Amino acid sequence: MKHAESQKPESSKPEVTRRGFFAQGMAAVAGASAVAAAMSPLRHLTSGDIPTLEEFFQKHYKEMTAEDKEQVFNRIRTAVGKRYRTEVNLADPPPMDGVEFVYGLNLSRCIGCRKCVHACVAENNQSRAPEIQYIRVLEMEKGSIDVETSDHHYDPPLVPNPDKYYMPVQCHQCADPPCVKVCPVEATWQEPDGITVIDYDWCIGCRYCEAACPYWARRFNFTEPEIPADQLNPNMSYLSNRPRQKGVMEKCTYCLHRTRVGRMPACLEVCPTGSRKFGNVLDPDSEVAYILKHKRVYVLKEEVGTIPRFFYYFDERGSRYAEPIAPADVGGDA
Amino acid sequence: MKKYATFLWDCWRLSFVGDWRYHLWMTILTLLALTGLYAYCQQFVYGLVTTGMTDQVSWGLYIANFTYLVGLAAAAAMLVIPVYIYRNMHLHDVVIFGELLAVAVIIMCLLFVMADLGRPDRFMHLLWRFNFPISMLTWDVIALNGYLVLNLHICGYLIYCAYCGRKPSPKFYVPFVFVAIVWAVSIHTVTAFLYVGLGGRPFWNSAIIAPRFLASAFAAGPAFIILTLQIVRRVTSHQVSDDALLTLRRIVQVAMIINLFLLVCEVFTEFYTDSAHVASARYLYFGLHGRNALVPWIWTAVAMNVAATSLLVLPASRGLGVLNVACLLAIVAIWIEKGMGLIVPAFVPTPLGEVVEYFPTVHELAICVGIWAFGLLLYTIFVRISVPVLAGELTYEKRFGKPNEAVPGEGVRLP
Repeated sequence: MKHAESQKPESSKPEVTRRGFFAQGMAAVAGASAVAAAMSPLRHLTSGDIPTLEEFFQKHYKEMTAEDKEQVFNRIRTAVGKRYRTEVNLADPPPMDGVEFVYGLNLSRCIGCRKCVHACVAENNQSRAPEIQYIRVLEMEKGSIDVETSDHHYDPPLVPNPDKYYMPVQCHQCADPPCVKVCPVEATWQEPDGITVIDYDWCIGCRYCEAACPYWARRFNFTEPEIPADQLNPNMSYLSNRPRQKGVMEKCTYCLHRTRVGRMPACLEVCPTGSRKFGNVLDPDSEVAYILKHKRVYVLKEEVGTIPRFFYYFDERGSRYAEPIAPADVGGDA
Repeated sequence: MKKYATFLWDCWRLSFVGDWRYHLWMTILTLLALTGLYAYCQQFVYGLVTTGMTDQVSWGLYIANFTYLVGLAAAAAMLVIPVYIYRNMHLHDVVIFGELLAVAVIIMCLLFVMADLGRPDRFMHLLWRFNFPISMLTWDVIALNGYLVLNLHICGYLIYCAYCGRKPSPKFYVPFVFVAIVWAVSIHTVTAFLYVGLGGRPFWNSAIIAPRFLASAFAAGPAFIILTLQIVRRVTSHQVSDDALLTLRRIVQVAMIINLFLLVCEVFTEFYTDSAHVASARYLYFGLHGRNALVPWIWTAVAMNVAATSLLVLPASRGLGVLNVACLLAIVAIWIEKGMGLIVPAFVPTPLGEVVEYFPTVHELAICVGIWAFGLLLYTIFVRISVPVLAGELTYEKRFGKPNEAVPGEGVRLP
């Protein structure tokens, strides 16, 4: 354009301007079509990908009134029901007063069969393709609790391998959770019963929480989660196992849709060895309170200061220290 | 108000005016940026599965580039400090290029963060429920956007004043210049704290990260500006004195030496102690359990760092050709070391000891290249506009004094 102008003498200016106008128009059309071409992949967006006004302005879970909740839950019931062609039972059980859940895992008993891993996937409506799992079972070298010596992908025909021991890891529902601290939009928080939950409709998918978690307990939906309609668990709750969307975080919630109404987590129910114990630590008569008081207990990575509500313990039965013996009477200070 | 609209309109038109080299450069950048946009639209539709990131390595090239660019943005301070605090007038005429660079680079940073989000459509949630001051990410949002606004104001004000042909009033920009100096340090520190505060990632959980960030930023940033100024003085009429470049050289020189020293401190602490803490560093420098994707990269970076520092301390780099080479080496070395070399190893091994490597996909690379191209496009436009306007070749008076002048750029001499 400029060249054309500088070549022409002053008198022919109107003509040049017309040509210049034409060239400018062409350039604008070319530019616009290039941008359109660059944005062409957007035609593959499905209706579910674009938030409706209602979804766009949906409030944070903690800011919703009872009516807001009912509206949102009804919308989710309809959407999930339509997608999976089933009746959906979406609830929102509140935390119970005087309850703080803790989870104990018996390392002397666990045989590494991974039944918990798969029961969890079935219960919590995780994506099947690609499959998202909340529980990771580590096959550990005897004589070490260093996770770096563990094998995550052991695959023998039979378990347990007598030379190894097994340590399942899932969300530890920390009392001082780094994931909650780092979330820029408060999409994840700790409930009064100690369970850290995520509002899947609020998460912006920055994955800062995933970087912050010392237990590698959080999972991200890198793509649209896929669950075969016949495998969907229709009993779900807003803060736990309702189907998630693409681009949000998820994690173990101690099956709060079960545990808040008096049932046990799915991973515990399926465990064939009874290695998993769950309950209210504030109740002195609970099994977990007993274990904490009487067994040899440790928490993973105590040094990171997260104060987990998930602990590991050992059985004393069969141990040579099982029977009390008199302490050695050497060098007594009496 | 009308004057301001005319100013913006002239800026817009001016950005299309240039010789064939300018047009070629801009066309290439536009095409790269559009390719990036294409790849991003695919990512938007299919999710972050189009990237090489996994639950194991959940941050990759986007965050790596973001981290590097925050450093580049802070470089403006290294031009401002000598001029406004030490009254070093060599740099006075070029300080605006540093501030313009900061604007372009912060926009790139924000684009990289947007590209990394799983739900960019929920970006508004940041305004509606902002976890401040607990989450360091919210601090970073404030720091980066604040820095952007500060620099936009300073540059915009100075250029607009030149356009109007009046002398800028110090009280409208000098206080902001001083705030911007402190702010530049803060964007870097806050970005470092983003990583440093994570107890579950031993590789990051070290007090040396923030000082190293600053040292490498103050090396890579001015090095980048040296290269920019070399181009500016070759292709525009703007005067850039050798003294300005040599002052910048001294800054890069000192920053590179400090950066290398801090690197030695870090490597010594990790490897001499040889505790469990060292796994990520071992992965970075030597590979872990046979996985060593980053090893060639980091040693390239170390070699380039050492080469650049050696060149910079030698008198030879007072020659501008050698200085260019040294700057280029420093820029690339720090991009590797502070991008991939800082972000990826923190995820390898995972907190549960799994070793999964990260390989960026073509999509991811296209998006990164696209954002870089867009940033360079912006910066080119900024320089394109500011040079003639600040030289007084394009002003409101001239534009309306000569009504026949159809193209605002006509008063501009091009090489």
